[in-house]
Amino acid sequence: MATSIPVSSQSQGGVGTAPVPHTEHDDHLHEHDDHHDQHWMWKYVFSQDHKMIARQFLITGMIWAIIGGALSSLFRLQLGWPEATLDWLKPVLGKWIEGGKLDPEFYLALVTMHGTIMVFFVLTAGLSGTFSNFLIPLQVGARDMASGFMNMLSYWFFFVSSIIMFASLFLETGPAASGWTIYPPLSALPQAISGSGMGMTMWLVSMVFFIVSQLLGGVNYVTTVINMRTRGMSMSKLPLTIWAFFLTAILGILSFPVLFAAALLLVFDRSFGTSFFLSDIYIAGQALHNQGGSPVLFQHLFWFLGHPEVYIVIMPAMGMVSEILATNARKPIFGYRAMIGSLIGISLLSFVVWAHHMFVTGMNPFLGSVFMFLTLIIAVPSGVKVFNWLATLWRGNIRFTAAMLFSIGFVSLFISGGLTGIILGNATLDIQMHNTYFVVAHFHLVMGSSAFFGLFAGVYHWFPKMFGRMMDEKLGYIHFWLTFAGVYLVFMPMHYVGIAGFPRRYYSWTGFDAFSQFADLNKFISAAAILAFFAQFVFIFNFFYSIFRGRRATENPWNSTTLEWTTPIVPGHGNWPGEIPAVYRWPYDYSKPGAEEDFIPQNVPYSQTPSSNLPYERELAE
Amino acid sequence: MNTSEALLPEKEIGLGWHPKRVLLILLIFSIVMMFAAFTSGYIVRRDEGNWREFDLPASLLFNSIIIALSSATMQWAYYSAKHDEVKRVNIGLLLTIALGIVFLFGQLHSWGDLVSGRTFFGGADANPSGSFVYVLMGVHAFHLVTGLIFVAVVLKRSLNYQVHSRATLSIGNATLYWHFLGGLWLYLYLFLLLNH
Repeated sequence: MATSIPVSSQSQGGVGTAPVPHTEHDDHLHEHDDHHDQHWMWKYVFSQDHKMIARQFLITGMIWAIIGGALSSLFRLQLGWPEATLDWLKPVLGKWIEGGKLDPEFYLALVTMHGTIMVFFVLTAGLSGTFSNFLIPLQVGARDMASGFMNMLSYWFFFVSSIIMFASLFLETGPAASGWTIYPPLSALPQAISGSGMGMTMWLVSMVFFIVSQLLGGVNYVTTVINMRTRGMSMSKLPLTIWAFFLTAILGILSFPVLFAAALLLVFDRSFGTSFFLSDIYIAGQALHNQGGSPVLFQHLFWFLGHPEVYIVIMPAMGMVSEILATNARKPIFGYRAMIGSLIGISLLSFVVWAHHMFVTGMNPFLGSVFMFLTLIIAVPSGVKVFNWLATLWRGNIRFTAAMLFSIGFVSLFISGGLTGIILGNATLDIQMHNTYFVVAHFHLVMGSSAFFGLFAGVYHWFPKMFGRMMDEKLGYIHFWLTFAGVYLVFMPMHYVGIAGFPRRYYSWTGFDAFSQFADLNKFISAAAILAFFAQFVFIFNFFYSIFRGRRATENPWNSTTLEWTTPIVPGHGNWPGEIPAVYRWPYDYSKPGAEEDFIPQNVPYSQTPSSNLPYERELAE
Repeated sequence: MNTSEALLPEKEIGLGWHPKRVLLILLIFSIVMMFAAFTSGYIVRRDEGNWREFDLPASLLFNSIIIALSSATMQWAYYSAKHDEVKRVNIGLLLTIALGIVFLFGQLHSWGDLVSGRTFFGGADANPSGSFVYVLMGVHAFHLVTGLIFVAVVLKRSLNYQVHSRATLSIGNATLYWHFLGGLWLYLYLFLLLNH
C-alpha cells in the first residue's frame, strides 16, 4: 500500500525557493513503510497518525466534559437549594462539605474550574483538536498532517496539561478559584483566597503546556491547509469546515502567545516579587511592597486572547454545521463565498473588540464607544451566516439525522444567544448588565451550548468515518431533544434572573431580600441543568456502545460529496490505499439539475457528468 | 483561472514553500505576537504613570553588535552551503554558535550592570519598568537558546555532509530563524532605547 504512494504527493517544496534536498522526500517515504507492523504502543498511544490523534483528543475532551458538567451540577445544587444540607456529597467532596454546607471558597473553585475546563479543555482542545486533526487531511486530500511528530507532541502537551489541571482538583488548598479569567490581584496573592496558592500555580503551569499544545497543533493545521492540498483543491474549492479550521488555527497562533505573555508576567508577580499587575495593596492589615502595577493591564492582555478564544471555540462548530446542513438538506450551501467572507470578517474583527469585556474598568468613554462600534459590526458577518444557514434549509429535502438536528439546534442557539450579544455590546447597557446572570446566559447560549451542539453534530456525522460504525439514531434523537429542551430551560430563565440584577459568582443570595423573589426560578434552572447533564449519558452510552456494537457503516453513509467519504470505511495510515483523488468541483454539488444522483462527489470530473454540466463547466470538461 | 480539467497541475502549489518552512514562519508569527504583547503592555503601563526611569546599560550596544555579526556569519554559512563549500559552512555555523554564546553571556553581564544601576527585577525596590527589561531580555534569551540548538543540529548535519547546494532546507530554515532572533533583539534594543 505505502509503496504506491507517489513521492510528489507528499512534498512539493522547492517551487520558487531554495531547492529541497531529496533526502527529505525519501525519509518521508520510508516512514510510511515502517508503519505496517507497529507495536500497539506506537499505533494507539504515541501515534503520529492524524486520525488516531483526533480520537485521542475526542476521548480526552469527553472525559473533561463529564468533569466540567459534574462541577456545574454541584454548584447548581448550591444555587438552587441554598438551604439544603449536602451531607450526602461528603463521600465525594470530603472536607469541602462542612456541617452539611458547601465550602464557599470551594464554590468559587467549582465555578472557576467549570469555566476553565469547558472553554479550554473541551471546546478548544476537544472540539478543534478532534475535528481539525481528523478532517483537515481527509478533506483536503493529504496523507497526513504536515508534521506528524509535532501533531503527536500537540496531543501529549495537552495530555500533560490535563493531568496537571486534573491533579489540582485534589489539592489540600483547592484548585484555582479566582474565575476562569484569573484577574489579579485576587489570583496573584495567596493570602487573598486559598485557591490562589498552589491551585493557581498549577493552573498556570497547566495553561503553559496547553498553549504550547495549541501552537503546535495550530501551525500544523495551517501548514497542512496551505501546502498539502491535493490536485485541483484550490482554496475556492475547500469545504467550509476546512476554511473554519484554517481561520481558527490562525486565530490561535496569533492570540495564544498573548495569553502566554500575560500568564508569564502573572507567574513573575506571584513567585518572583515583581509588580506588573500589583500596586498599593493592603491585605490582612499589611501593606505589600508592590508598587506601580496595573491590574487593568492584565485584563487587556487576557482579553486580547480571550475574545479571539470565543471565536476559536465557535468557528469550527460553524464550519461543521455549514457542511452538515448542506449535506442533509441535499442542497448546496447558500452563499459559499459569503460564508468564507463572513468567517474572515469574524476573524479580523475578533482582534479589535476585546475591550468590550472591560467597559466598567473606567476606560475612556471614547475608547469604549470605539470598541462598542466594532463589537456591533460583528453582528453583520454573524447575520450573513445565519441567513445563509436558514436559506440552505429553505425548501431543502431535509434528512433529519441526529447530526442534522444538532446542526439546526446550533443555528437556533446561535440566534438566541447572538441577540443578547447586541444588547451586551452596547456600553451603556453593558454597564447595567455587567457581571449579572444575563451575561452568563448570553455566553452559555451563543458560545457554550452552540459549540457543544456543533461538537455533537460533528461526532454524529463523522462517527462512521472515525470508527467504521454508525451511532444509534433513536438514542441520538432522545439525546437531542433532552439536550435542546434542557439548554433552553436553563438559559432562558437565566436572562430574567440577570435582568433582575443577580450577580455572577455569588455563593448564595439568601441574605438579600431583593433576590428572594426569584428563588423558585433558580431552583427551576438548577433542576433543568442537572437533568440536561444527565441526558449526556445517553450520548456517552451511545458513543461507546456504537464503537463496538454499532451498525456497520458504508463508505459514504450520508451520500456526501467531500473527499473523506472516498476513503475506505476505516481509512488506514496514508488515508487512501492508492493515489489521492484529484478534485474537480466545489464541495456542494447536491441536487444538481440533470444529475443522475442528488450528489456529485468532488473527485468526479465534469467530463463524466455531461447531463448536469452548466455552460461554463462544459468548457472545462473539454 | 478556469483551466481545462485535463490540464490540472500535478499538485496544488500552495505558497510554494516546503511545509517545514511554513511551520517555521507560523511559529515566528506566534513569537512576534508574544513580544508585541510585551512591548505594547510596556507602553500601556508606562502611560499610566508611576513609572521609574532607568539607565540602559551601555554594554547592550556591544551585545547588539555581536548578534548582528552572528547574523552575518550565519548568512555566510548559508551562502557557502549554496556553493557547496562544506568547510566554510562548518566554520560559519561554529562562529555563529560562538557569537550566540558570547551574546548570551553579554546579556547576563548587562543584567549585572542593571542591578548595579539599581534597576531590579523584583522585590521592594523594583518598578515594572525595570522588571519589563528583564522579561524582554530573558524571554528573548530563551528563544536564542532554542536558536542555538537549531544551529547546532544543522552543524551536526553539515559535519555528516548532509548540508549542500541540493540540501539547503535545514540551513535555510536555521538562517531564517537566526536572522529573526537577531532582528527581534535589534527591535527590542531600539524599543528600549527610545522608551526607557
